[in-house]
Formats: sequence, C-alpha cells, structure tokens
Amino acid sequence: MPGSVTLTLNGETRVFETPAGGTLSVLGMLTQLELDARKVAVERNEEIVPRSRYGETALASGDVLEIVHFIGGG
Amino acid sequence: MDGSIAGEDTWTVAGHTFRSRLIVGTGRYKDLEETGAAIEASGAEIVTVAVRRVNLSDPKAPMLQDYVDPKKYTYLPNTAGCHTANEAVRTLRLAREAGGWNLVKLEVLGPPPLLYPDMQGTFEAATALIKDGFQVMVYCADDPIAAKRLEEMGCVAIMPLGAPIGSGLGIQNPAMISMIMEHITVPYLVDAGVGTASDAAIAMELGCTAVLLNSAIAHAKDPIKMAKAMKLAVEAGRLAHLAGRMPRRMGADPSSPLAGLIR
Repeated sequence: MPGSVTLTLNGETRVFETPAGGTLSVLGMLTQLELDARKVAVERNEEIVPRSRYGETALASGDVLEIVHFIGGG
Repeated sequence: MDGSIAGEDTWTVAGHTFRSRLIVGTGRYKDLEETGAAIEASGAEIVTVAVRRVNLSDPKAPMLQDYVDPKKYTYLPNTAGCHTANEAVRTLRLAREAGGWNLVKLEVLGPPPLLYPDMQGTFEAATALIKDGFQVMVYCADDPIAAKRLEEMGCVAIMPLGAPIGSGLGIQNPAMISMIMEHITVPYLVDAGVGTASDAAIAMELGCTAVLLNSAIAHAKDPIKMAKAMKLAVEAGRLAHLAGRMPRRMGADPSSPLAGLIR
C-alpha cells in the first residue's frame, strides 16, 4: 500500500504520496508540484538542499520546506 | 575575469567589471513584459531581484527569468523584507542556490513609513553574510561612521540613500553623500531616493560610482522612456564628473570678449 508524507510547504500543510516501494525525494515533490527545478531553490528544515542532490534527498513527515524563486524587487 | 577594455570607463565591484553605471530594480512594474522592456532600455547590466516563496497554486505562472535573462543580466538578489540577520542569511543562501552567485544586496529596513536603514540589523546581517562567503553590497544610512565601518568589515560596495525608498524626493543630502565618499575606497552608490533623470545625474556629478534605482522608472508614466532618460542621465552625470565642473562664482563673467567692440 503506498504511503504518504505530510510536509509543511511554504507555510501550508501538504500531503504527498510516496512512490511504491520508495521514498519521496525533493525532485519527486517538485515534479508532483509541476515546478521547474531549474528555476527554484529549496530549503529543508532551514538547510539549503543543493540542486545536485534533489534526486537523492529523501523527505519525511514533519519536514518544513521553503520553495522560493526570484521575483521583481528593488 | 575582468572584461574591461583599455580606455573604457568601467567600474569593478568584487572582481566583476561593468560598463553601465546604472543598476535597476525589477519591482513595481505593471507586468513582466514591461519589466523586461524597461530594463533593456536602461542599458543596465545588473538588476536587483527579490527572493520569495513560489505560488504553489499557480506553478506554471511566468517567472522573472523568462523576461529578464539571467545569462544577460547579473542578478543581484536583495534581502528586502528581512528584519534579522538569520532571515537575511537564509534568504541569500537560497538565492545563491537558485542563481549560483555570491554578489548580493543587503538591506535591513526599519518600519514604515520611512523604511529607513536599520543599521544595527544591517551590521549583524553583514557580519553573518561575509562570514558565509557573500560579497555584500550594502544599503545604508548616510552616516559616515557606519559607512566606514561597513567598508572595514569587508562590504564590497557602500550604498547610502539619497532619500527614503520609493519617495522620489531626489538627492536630499548631496553634501553628506560627498563627505562620506571622501573616506570610502570601494564602489559607492546612491541607492534610494532618485525621482527623475536630473537626480541620477546629480548623484553621478557628485562622484558616485553608480546609481541604483527602481521606482523612478517603474512608476514613471512611461517607464520605457524614463529608463532611457536614466541611462542618458547617468552617462551625462558621469561625463560631467570626469570633465570637472567650472568653479562657482558670485557674479557674472562675460562669455564674449569685451575687446574689439565697434565704437
């Protein structure tokens, strides 16, 4: 039976399905969110997740994530 | 690499060399298309950007990078909205991961309505950022002691305000801007208060290395035209500074010779 993880994402609680027989990675989360991994940056529990490690960084219930991008500013 | 060309009037901050002496913000435009067009017209090579949460309910919304190409412009991420050193460091670490650079604009602001630089917060954040390997261009009060201290700490550019952010009041403190400049050796920019082209020219005539502005273009009736005006004003002000203005005198001095008049 597929499991799920509950994350706090940009301040909101979100539930993600974990892939059968595996864990949810940062890359998997971004894919489910339909976000372009090249245009965002991810912080997990106040630590940067390097883009090169999105695929191997596993997420667990209770993780607090920030996903940001550049917007117009002065 | 230093891309300067012999004889060309370039400036260098933390090892990066630029031709344009106008840095523009990317905020407060009507839409991203106008942002891109105004920045193009300004001739700027550096643009300031903010770091914010992605809108998860609209993941396909157009992004700034689609209109302002990071390969063409140097993105200078800012810390707008950060009130503590920790928030500033986290924000810029994310920016570094999103863009892969260390050159950043630090601004720690006090409350509205003035959004005046919070210098205690600025010092704390600058300390943390420099320790973390960032090259910090710092927005600050027009305070000579604070400016010198920020330079000594290792900030790579000192950027006092000419007037409150977004006020468009012009350079309200030309004497202090000049006096602080005397003691600063890193690039020195006016970073807030410019309202129209003559204000940018004044900052450059005073001898500033460059000018940073946003609202003066974004809130003009025709931002594209004002962007072009700012480009020309910064170039004109720079040339006037290099040319050296004539001395002021309390009285007239005729431009036409008095000798040889007919009688």
